[in-house]
This record gives sequence, C-alpha cells and structure tokens, in this order.
Amino acid sequence: MLHPITIVHYLILSAALLLVGTIGVLTRRNIVIILMSIELILNAVNINLVAFSRYFGDVVGQIFAIFVITVAVAEAAVGLGILLALFRNKETVLADEVDLLKW
Amino acid sequence: MTDTIFFYSFALMTLLGAVLTVTRKSAVHSAMWLIVSLAGVAGLFLLQGAEFLFAVQIILYVGGIMLLFLFVIMLVNLDEAAKQRQFNKQWWVALACALAVGGEVIYFIRKGAGAIQLARPVPAAPVAEGNVERLADVLFSQYLLPFEVASILLLVAIVGSVAMAKKRA
Repeated sequence: MLHPITIVHYLILSAALLLVGTIGVLTRRNIVIILMSIELILNAVNINLVAFSRYFGDVVGQIFAIFVITVAVAEAAVGLGILLALFRNKETVLADEVDLLKW
Repeated sequence: MTDTIFFYSFALMTLLGAVLTVTRKSAVHSAMWLIVSLAGVAGLFLLQGAEFLFAVQIILYVGGIMLLFLFVIMLVNLDEAAKQRQFNKQWWVALACALAVGGEVIYFIRKGAGAIQLARPVPAAPVAEGNVERLADVLFSQYLLPFEVASILLLVAIVGSVAMAKKRA
C-alpha cells in the first residue's frame, strides 16, 4: 500500500507547505504571524531545492538552499526591525490598521 | 520501508506545525508550532542526505530566527491584538485563490510526474567524501562571489535592522 518515496512526494509536500504559508500571509492580521508564514514559504522552497539536488546527484541545489536561508535571515531581521519601529509609532501590530495610504 | 515511515512522520510534523502556526490566536503559540514545523523540515533534509543543511536548519532557524521572533513578541505588546479578530475581511477570497493555485500545482505535478522518469534510480553519492566536504568544495570555488555578496547582504541587514529598531534621538 505504501509506495516508495519518490521526488513527487517531496514536491507535493512542498506545494502544500507553500500553500499553507501563502494562506497565512494573505489572511492573518498580526504582522508577527505574517512574518512567520513567510518563513514557511521559504522552507517550502528549500525542500524543493534539496529534493532536486538529491534527484540529480548534484550538490548545487543545497548551495542554493544555503543562500535562501541567508536571505530568510536577513528578511526576518529587517522585518522585525520594521515591526518594532511601526509599533513605536502607531501602537499596533495589525496589518490592516496601517492604512495611511488608503483613501 | 523505514524511509517511508520517516518521510510520513516528518511530513506530518511539518504540515501540522504549519497549519497550527497560521491558525493559532496567540503569537507565542504560533512561534512554538513554527519550531515543530521547522524541525520537521530539518528531518526531511537529513532524510535526503543533506546533513549540513540539517545542522544549519536547527542552529539558524530554531536557534536563531525563532529566538529573534520571541524577543520581538516580548518587546511588542500583543495582548490587544490577541483579543481582536485574527483574520482580515477578505480571508475567503484569499483562501479560494490559494486553493485554486494549489489544485493547479498538484495537477501539473501529477501530469509532469511521468516526464521526470520516476523509475530512474537516485544516483548514489560518492562515498569518498561527506556532504560537508562536497558542499564546501563547490561553495568556495564555483560560488565564491555569491558567497561574498551574501556576506554584504547580511552586513546591510544588520545595519538596517539596528537603524530601524533604535529609538529616535
């Protein structure tokens, strides 16, 4: 009943993780949780890269995953810095209450 | 057989953690479930023979990024936000669009599965050297310039986040 694990299993898992992350980014109001959902999306990308790296027997996919992790770290640090500045100025962490450009 | 069992348990960990991350009310609970999800992804890396990425995932994500998130949760007052509506008004549009994209992706993966020759055996990794040695060989020869650019990106991120978070004089 259980099929052997192939790359397609990893691709489908990665697609599912990407979707959960996207739904989190699009529907949540709390900016902290939106940033966490972005981490989920980047992890879905990494699963894909590592799966193809193993499939082709080429280590370059894992190098790309390292660069994706680097960008994720930079994004989290800057994003949380922006969140602190926002909270100091507007006293809110809800994304739809920051509507200065909306009219 | 053990591979199959480990894959499904790590996959369950990853997806369950992810779903609970985006649905929990309290940001601290979300952060805890995100740790579970990221640890599941680390397990998947280990299962695919990417030992270095497994270590990086645990040290950097679970040890570094999550610590940063918890510090910010501590600094920012989230009690007010936890009492209010958690999802925005357009949540059903977002859900419908995401599910449509998901259906499309799954359809094309299944359709293209034949094209990537599933019967082809996974090429065996050379036994002479380990994962870390192979990664280092390629990273410090072929990808040296992107590596240095990544260090500049991190420097800019450090300066940027400090400038962003510091109090105005």
